Amino acid sequence: MKKTTVSKYLRRFLPYLIVIAAFIVCQSMIKTGAMPRTTKALLIPVCVYIVMAVSLNLTVGISGELSLGHAGFMSVGAFTGIVIAAYFREAFGAPEAVQLLMAIISGGVLAGIMGVLIGVPVLRLQGDYLAIVTLAFGEIIRNILNCVYISIDGKALRFSFNRPDLPGKLLFRGPSGATGVSRIATFTAGFLLVLFTLFVVLNLIRSRSGRAIMAIRDNKIAAEACGLDVTKYRMMAFVTSAALAGMGGALFGQNYSTLAPSNFSFNASILILVYVVLGGIGNITGSIIAATVLYVLPEELRAFSDYRMLVYAVVLIAVMLLTNNVAIKNFLASLRGKGSEKSERKDGEAV
Amino acid sequence: MSEKVKRKSNTKMVPFPSRSIVPERDVGKRPVLECSHLGIDFGGLRAVDDFNLTIGETEIAGLIGPNGAGKTTVFNLLTKVYQPTSGTVMVNGIDTAGMNTVQANKLGLARTFQNIRLFNQMSVEDNVRIGLHNQIPYSMFSGILRLPPYWSGERRQHEKAMELLSIFHMENLAEEKAGSLPYGAQRRLEIVRALATNPRLLLLDEPAAGMNPKETEELMDNIIRIRDQFKIAVLLIEHDMNLVMGICEGICVLNFGKIIAKGTADEIQQNPEVIEAYLGRQKEDEK
Amino acid sequence: MTMFLSNLISGISLGSVYAIIALGYTMVYGIAKMLNFAHGDIIMVGAYICFCCLYSLGFSPFVGILASMAVCTLLGILIERLAYKPLRQATSLSVLITAIGMSYFLQNLAQIIWGANPKSFQTVIPAGNVSLMGGELKISYVSLVTIAASVVVMLALSLFVGRSKMGRAMRCVSEDKGAAQLMGVNVDLTISVTFAIGSALAAIAGVLMCSAYPTLKPTTGAMPGIKAFTAAVFGGIGSIPGAMLGGILLGVIEILGRAYVSSELGDAFVFAVLILVLLVKPTGLLGKKIQEKV
Repeated sequence: MKKTTVSKYLRRFLPYLIVIAAFIVCQSMIKTGAMPRTTKALLIPVCVYIVMAVSLNLTVGISGELSLGHAGFMSVGAFTGIVIAAYFREAFGAPEAVQLLMAIISGGVLAGIMGVLIGVPVLRLQGDYLAIVTLAFGEIIRNILNCVYISIDGKALRFSFNRPDLPGKLLFRGPSGATGVSRIATFTAGFLLVLFTLFVVLNLIRSRSGRAIMAIRDNKIAAEACGLDVTKYRMMAFVTSAALAGMGGALFGQNYSTLAPSNFSFNASILILVYVVLGGIGNITGSIIAATVLYVLPEELRAFSDYRMLVYAVVLIAVMLLTNNVAIKNFLASLRGKGSEKSERKDGEAV
Repeated sequence: MSEKVKRKSNTKMVPFPSRSIVPERDVGKRPVLECSHLGIDFGGLRAVDDFNLTIGETEIAGLIGPNGAGKTTVFNLLTKVYQPTSGTVMVNGIDTAGMNTVQANKLGLARTFQNIRLFNQMSVEDNVRIGLHNQIPYSMFSGILRLPPYWSGERRQHEKAMELLSIFHMENLAEEKAGSLPYGAQRRLEIVRALATNPRLLLLDEPAAGMNPKETEELMDNIIRIRDQFKIAVLLIEHDMNLVMGICEGICVLNFGKIIAKGTADEIQQNPEVIEAYLGRQKEDEK
Repeated sequence: MTMFLSNLISGISLGSVYAIIALGYTMVYGIAKMLNFAHGDIIMVGAYICFCCLYSLGFSPFVGILASMAVCTLLGILIERLAYKPLRQATSLSVLITAIGMSYFLQNLAQIIWGANPKSFQTVIPAGNVSLMGGELKISYVSLVTIAASVVVMLALSLFVGRSKMGRAMRCVSEDKGAAQLMGVNVDLTISVTFAIGSALAAIAGVLMCSAYPTLKPTTGAMPGIKAFTAAVFGGIGSIPGAMLGGILLGVIEILGRAYVSSELGDAFVFAVLILVLLVKPTGLLGKKIQEKV
């Protein structure tokens, strides 16, 4: 009895433990100089992509809605963050930590608002139709950003649509995006943001609201019959996910000196979705590991130059085929001593 | 939500003597359900027509009839899965016109499903906790920030869920995945989940389907116990005549969307039209 | 007015390409119940094959088209057999990710074979115009051929699915794979044929598209692929006339949007209209509403 409670708590806090352990290892490697420069450059993006994957898992895995536009929220967060950080620097001369904090908060808030605006129409749809509309919104966001110009003029922010002739210093110029961003993102900030995301997502899942979200995923009609407000809870998952993606995006934006809207295309959304699926739908720990491995892998494959994305594609297909192979599945199940269990998300609807 | 609900003052108390089949102890009290002239069209098909039924506060009623007679459609009309094309449904004296499923549930209608609809990926206890969702609330922020309402809410939900599961002696299954339970247990879990929403009227759609005679026997006892313990009414659809005739105080027979008979078990069994349409002749049936 | 007509016709022409691609999408979706994200990249492969036949091997355009159709058909069947067939029982998301992997694979393979630099594709259709309204309105042969091709393709496909034995098998499999198998329909063969047809159509679309927009890159197929998918959903995914209607409407909206609203916001305009349509008709223009039985 004692042992099962210990393992239960271990499993519950496993995501935190993994992240904290990885942070300690990385920090000590940096301190001792054991970490190569190229690897060090990957640390912040890895943190961002963990945040992205965990937040997308909330929509796709926990709420059961396939979203193909997650990078759209990321871009909203990134560019809001860049503008706000620059504003606090230019207008108030705020210290970097404050700039970064304000960037992340404002990125999260704006992406969250975007999530509400998009969620209202999107969540009326189901299945593949919902997926295509999230894709459409992701593309619309990118298209609109291509036409936006923002400058800072003294203490005022100026916006224009399709007209680059703004007074003051241009912060964001349409298709070329943000240039000359001061890179204030730090690994520690990334680590804290990952912890914050885990805290929000895991606590949400393991609470009344999270159970409602999962119940609606499992059986919408029964959930309604139990008195659950379906729209409210689907919205809750969608908006929380969008806000977290915006925060991740804001950190991402502070890590590069130039960033264009084209960095957040449909392919970027797909990349995040791949992390979620390979890590296991609804499995938060899996998302963390998959995001790390799959982000680092193509970077480390640079030795293969031209062939690296080809190898990546082959690995992707091979992993999907192997993990879905019945023989291998049964073998793994027998290793775990559970017998052959049915595949995870197949609803055995009684006829 | 309750502001939106129109309160109709013309709810009649169940009169005595009554032509309806409400048991005597419920006479003079407000009926839990009154359907009048309820009907629905699907395209050209009149699936349910002129459906009138009154159910007393603590009555156990049965709805029987051949396959395709419209029994489940009646449940769907009551729980607002479909909106009726005509007629009214009053629950505890409140007109449900224009309400949705969620509002109907909050008004006191809870149901189970013919093709079991559990939250298969979730544990048995969590299924019951979903039923308790509106009974023991706390906010999303309390949940994320783990504020005191979260801890007390979770504790109360756990205690209540266990108490409800104990009706069917299912406490030891609390941690199991709902989808992996055997058939009978899934049906019982659905009943527990429906009970958790604190209903006035429990709608059971073929609760004994797939159960063996012993399980059915236990189910009958349990339905009566639930009625006595929670002081609620039960309306059930069932093909097992032992169960229906054994526990239902009033029975309503549906054929081709229309009520062909209403009455007590004895009256129904004697009714020639019911025998013709549904029960079958004495010769084939040993009963 | 002539400006509008000319925009309208180039819209219909672009839409016809989308429609041909969308037909492939919608058939594969209807029958295999999967979103084949690699479909857009088959267009690109088709265009490259035709390009090679014309420039490296010096074949006639007709042979080029046939060759690219043949290669794409084989490629489609091969992809289905190797990557999708083992996943018949898997979740739809696993299949989606595999299709995405396949899309990356084709793009990067093309980049290794043909290089990342854009090739300028010369039209397989004789250049020239038909002049109408006293020479004010010029319609290029490419537009005419594209529009005609899409109409022929749609009619042929409707006849095939509606009348032939294989077509009936397809409709069966799309309704219920298990039941179709029990009735003796060869499900694997049916799905392979579907992929073959879809891929052959993609080859035609690739050649037509590159005749009208003559830049050929490994990523050429990606955006038309997404647009065609959008078109298929727009018209009601799984429906053949729906894909045709959706494709043409999408093309027209895109060209008119670029011409009259904003050239930068053309794509945004397309997607905005899609969202509006889905809000009014949640299963697309000609899609069937499927209600879950309670």
